[in-house]
Amino acid sequence: MIPLALVAMGEVLAERAGVVNIGLEGILLISAFTGTVGAFSFHNAWVGMLIGTLTGLLIGYIHGVISLYLKGDQIISGVAINLFAMGFVAFGIIVVWGVHGAFNLPLEDSLKGWTVLLPPATAGGDQRFVGKISVLLPFTFLMAGFIWWVLEKTAFGLRVKAVGENPEAADVAGIRVERVRLIAVLIGAALGGLAGAYLSVDWNGMITKDISAGRGFIALATVVFSKLNPLLTLLGAFVFGLFDNVGLWLSTNAWANRIGLNYFIRMLPYVVTLLVVAGVIGRARFPKAIGQPYRRE
Amino acid sequence: MSASMSAPKTRRLGNVLGLLRPLFDVLTAIVVGLAVGALLMWWFGYDPWKAYAALFRGAFGDKWGRADTLFAAAPLVLTGLTFAIGVRAGLFNIGAQGQMLMGALAAVAVGILPLPPVVHQTVTLGAAMLAGALWGLPAAYLKATRGVHEVISTIMLNWVARWLALYLAVRLLSDPNRAEKTVSVLASTRFSVVIPGSDLTHVVWISVLFALFIYWVLWHTPAGYGLRCTGLNQDASRYAGINPGKSVNLAFILGGMAAGLAGASQIVGRPPLYGMYTDLSTLANLGFDGIAVALLGRNHPIGAIFGALFFGALNTGTHMMQYQALVPLEMVRVVQGVIVLAVAVPELSKIFRVWSLFKGHQTVKK
Repeated sequence: MIPLALVAMGEVLAERAGVVNIGLEGILLISAFTGTVGAFSFHNAWVGMLIGTLTGLLIGYIHGVISLYLKGDQIISGVAINLFAMGFVAFGIIVVWGVHGAFNLPLEDSLKGWTVLLPPATAGGDQRFVGKISVLLPFTFLMAGFIWWVLEKTAFGLRVKAVGENPEAADVAGIRVERVRLIAVLIGAALGGLAGAYLSVDWNGMITKDISAGRGFIALATVVFSKLNPLLTLLGAFVFGLFDNVGLWLSTNAWANRIGLNYFIRMLPYVVTLLVVAGVIGRARFPKAIGQPYRRE
Repeated sequence: MSASMSAPKTRRLGNVLGLLRPLFDVLTAIVVGLAVGALLMWWFGYDPWKAYAALFRGAFGDKWGRADTLFAAAPLVLTGLTFAIGVRAGLFNIGAQGQMLMGALAAVAVGILPLPPVVHQTVTLGAAMLAGALWGLPAAYLKATRGVHEVISTIMLNWVARWLALYLAVRLLSDPNRAEKTVSVLASTRFSVVIPGSDLTHVVWISVLFALFIYWVLWHTPAGYGLRCTGLNQDASRYAGINPGKSVNLAFILGGMAAGLAGASQIVGRPPLYGMYTDLSTLANLGFDGIAVALLGRNHPIGAIFGALFFGALNTGTHMMQYQALVPLEMVRVVQGVIVLAVAVPELSKIFRVWSLFKGHQTVKK
């Protein structure tokens, strides 16, 4: 749930400003990789998280420059980032560690959170391990609130919404359209980078060449689901994360495997996404000027 | 320079240059991609010259390399067309991967039916085209009725297709003797090999023929004209009486057919397997590579052929590059990604500033 939520709320900010970032999937993947490299090289998980976030920032900057200043097509730029990411991460894993496809981070280098333990089932028995809660979880909630506050209660948020709805009017009013959009994109991409680092350094403790598994695109759907409200992205991410986990759990269940149910369960997050964007669960209203490069006439 | 030429001459020269501009943009993008690749290789201690030389030799050096390049290019033409047709209609159909998988599955299913040779091949290809087109229709429908952005819907369909294909390949279509592959299609539907010892089969002609077919449809039929107009300006087209919904549907149908054919070509045209591996490995990446091919070919069917040849060469040569220069073959994906990123920049060749001498307009604002 955490990576989806972080990516989605960042993208909400960017899309309110009128910029679509299809390259989120690529950002997730590359940041997961660079985060792992950072955590491994410095033997410090926090350094890995930082490097991942910075990676997201960098790629977001490239996307921003291409779409905002060079007036390239935002969708093509995003697709290109995804293509690049697929190759770069696979290549990187080989070049850095000499292994193919996946690399496991040593336990001491990954981010430790709080482990959730239940009292022993029987007297004198061991505590039962339920799960791990990441330090990023409260951060995610706080971030959602923060972005909501920025959008609704600050002058900057007003500028973001203005350039998304009507860049011409904003320009006339003296707002520097590209600059506001770029900042929004950078924040969104940085959050994406953080989410990517979380995927590898925190949650999985490893990097694989396809660790993002379409989450970047699911995040885009989460954005639609949340009607571009950062607070609702938490709900959306939770719902999608739920299906994801049910699928993973079922894939280890023997009965389900026998009838091949796990394949269909793995499909569920994507099917649900389709239903969501189809408006079965509510339609979203996008800013008027989304996806179009702004040119001064 | 313009001052010394008469006005009509300058205009004609400008027209020729205008046509050449896209070509120069693409070439610039390729150079940029190769340069970044070389930089990365050098940074990690590899020899870029040796690598690129090996790449070229692997792709074009001997007749088997050339055959393999063509073999690699054939499906890319088709998946490239899927994306290109969409762009021409003003939409982003990136569902080629899923549509292709459906086509491949249909080819396997139909390929094991007993039918006389030529009929069998026709039916197989037809079934694949149908399957691909059908898989694209949900996206078309959602776009038409609910305004769903096709980027999201087609990608979701890709993932659904992947799991569905895995299920069918492993559960229903797998070879009882060899679990890692599906059953192979019957000889009556297979295409024969062109050059003995290579993997190239005559199915490659299908790619070329379909590309030419698409060219004819888009540029020489009323429906194709409507599609292109819708892509250029939907409102103006509607005002002119062209139905945008029909154009969108046509784009998805044609695109799905192309992708389905691509999938089928990897079944009936791929010796010695003539089937699929149950991990879908022979079909991996063809969809996304098609996007890159289409972008390189400027979303034109003929351009897609050349783009596919280029990518086919890259994908083929990379094995030689790994063998001789010890560069991991994933590097070629990096190069491809950078090339696409460079192509995303409009009028990239403006980097060289020469053309602005002829036009004399304002430079890009920062």
